[in-house]
Amino acid sequence: MPKRPAGTSASPASLRAEPLTAETLAAESSKAALRRQRQRWQGPRRSGVQRRLWPWLLLAPGLIWLLGLYGLPLLALVPLSLSEPLSRFGLETVFSGRVANYLEVLQAYGPILARSLGYAVVATALGLLLAYPLAFAIRFRGGRWQPLLIGLVVLPSLSSYLVRAIAWTSLLGDQGPVLALVSALGLTGPLDALGVLRDGRLLNTATAVILGLTNNLLPFLVLPLVVAMERIDHRLLEAAADLHAGPWRCFVQVVWPLSRPGLAAGILLSLIPAAGDLVNPLILGGPNERMIANTIENLLLVQMQAPRAAALTLVLMALITVAVLLQLRGRGLEELPLP
Amino acid sequence: MLSEPATQIGGSDCRESGSGSGSGGGGDESAAVIAMHNVSRRYGQLVALEGLSLSIAAGEFFSLLGPSGCGKTTTLRLIAGFDRPQAGRILLQGRDLTEAPPHRRPVNLVFQNYALFPHLSVWDNVAFGPRSQRLPEPELRRRVGESLEVVRLSELARRRPHQLSGGQQQRVALARALVNAPAALLLDEPLAALDPDLRRTMRSELKRIQREVGITFLLVTHDREEALSLSDRLAVMHGGRLEQVGTPRQLYDQPRSAVVATFLGAANLLPAVNGEGLRLLRPERLRLSAAPPGQGERGLRARVRELVFQGATVEVRLCGADDLQLIAIDTSAALPDNLRIGEEVWCRWNPADSHLLEAPQS
Repeated sequence: MPKRPAGTSASPASLRAEPLTAETLAAESSKAALRRQRQRWQGPRRSGVQRRLWPWLLLAPGLIWLLGLYGLPLLALVPLSLSEPLSRFGLETVFSGRVANYLEVLQAYGPILARSLGYAVVATALGLLLAYPLAFAIRFRGGRWQPLLIGLVVLPSLSSYLVRAIAWTSLLGDQGPVLALVSALGLTGPLDALGVLRDGRLLNTATAVILGLTNNLLPFLVLPLVVAMERIDHRLLEAAADLHAGPWRCFVQVVWPLSRPGLAAGILLSLIPAAGDLVNPLILGGPNERMIANTIENLLLVQMQAPRAAALTLVLMALITVAVLLQLRGRGLEELPLP
Repeated sequence: MLSEPATQIGGSDCRESGSGSGSGGGGDESAAVIAMHNVSRRYGQLVALEGLSLSIAAGEFFSLLGPSGCGKTTTLRLIAGFDRPQAGRILLQGRDLTEAPPHRRPVNLVFQNYALFPHLSVWDNVAFGPRSQRLPEPELRRRVGESLEVVRLSELARRRPHQLSGGQQQRVALARALVNAPAALLLDEPLAALDPDLRRTMRSELKRIQREVGITFLLVTHDREEALSLSDRLAVMHGGRLEQVGTPRQLYDQPRSAVVATFLGAANLLPAVNGEGLRLLRPERLRLSAAPPGQGERGLRARVRELVFQGATVEVRLCGADDLQLIAIDTSAALPDNLRIGEEVWCRWNPADSHLLEAPQS
């Protein structure tokens, strides 16, 4: 092996021709930075006003939609939540600045709120256990079947929510195939003890509600994950293998960290609708499995307590907003591969 | 400081001797770091490699040169283990590793697009290999530090790849491979993505690093200047076969075939004096003058078609009898001043400077 004394590693001539010092390296990188900056400046050459107007024009339909159908109604809930009902049998209210509404709903429905978030978290976790391997298989083993497999993941969401929940009742029913399988495997006892079944039944249990939720949110987990994994250059996997990483290390060090933006997006997309779900607890759960959306509906339409319903809605919105902000903290939105 | 990494990174020699003694029957092969025997690879109907045999010695700078689609990248991927041959054997350090997965092979690849891990810092990119091999932490830190020093990137260890210029990324890719002290470093068109100035800088950098660390380099390129200037030996590939293997000088001066001759540089292919075949006459061997050839010289009359001034040299394209296209390259100082387009001149050469090519087998 040719070994050279310090300082003579390159011939003097080549050193003179190409002085590779910290300065040239710095110059090299600053040149790249300049180039990037120039690209940023050289946008489409239009007049200033036009250039400032275009994004707003493109945003307008979406913004109007959001403001009209989401922002304004939500804002209207604020005075409503601080009002009092005029009678026990109508929805008419009068504004009285009654903050106690919030305390009352938190006291009365806090446990249901916690249960809703708990169901959503468990359903999302369960969904991830299914979705991650599924997305991985679609991306890395799917080959030419990839579009078909993605289609199959999305297909169930094309049918109505309600229809799916009703279909689950026959699957999970007392005479249904799921319980038949469980009892054939002799698992009725152990699952009963674990609280998964109640008195050998699945319907009207938390398990049924969570299964229904998981089923609904699966595409919202799989799609962002597939998109994120799609973005992983296969040469990175080759590079990892080349650098002596076996399949497991390659997964842990390369695939997992690079798929995490998809994970974050998927969790957001599934946690929020799951926490606010109405149909699954109604059809698959009993009175003890009601979730927060059912409670709000009940407050408004059965108990005619519009101010309390509004207060509970705003509490739920606040919780969700906090959760979203925590998820997005320190992360550029462009990192989220939303499908 | 710079000689230290050499001892460490070149530390592969202990591995070499270990496996070398293990394969007793290897004969010549035990000295070769990379040996390929009759390796064939087909993709459907397409033949990428056909009975390729190749042997690369320890410490050599070896290049595979050829046009795109000639099978050179396939060869590299077979050696790295990303692909398996349908026939033949691949020996690394005398061990048959034809079927071994990439992570069990004592070679490392520098990817054409570098394939740096975007979520890891420069330091963690370089430390990836040593961590895979579970090097103890102090040893790992020393090795990573040293290979960053070899590529002169120590200051940028905390940056992410996207914060680096192309040339710097290239260096990280080199350090990331070198840190593993591979028996051979495989380079897949490592300079192709750089702009010309940087390419020249990195070319001399590559040579410097190879001298410093003493590791076998196998370079795949379609750039003949790169191959000629860097290699100890090189192979010209064509249509999934090796056309010729030898030192740059041998291949340039005594190519076996017209394919090799033309791929390595501008070439005048003259019909052989006695019958079949072609004679190669490099453009710089051709002298232009008004005077006819002298004693022991050959010559022919040709009309100047094009004059290309290139600074130090001038390229003259001529057209002789029977539409014979000729090209002459001379220093601008040595060329007759009054050369004009359309003029007829004598092209003269020493017969000893021309080289008979083998007739192509059909």
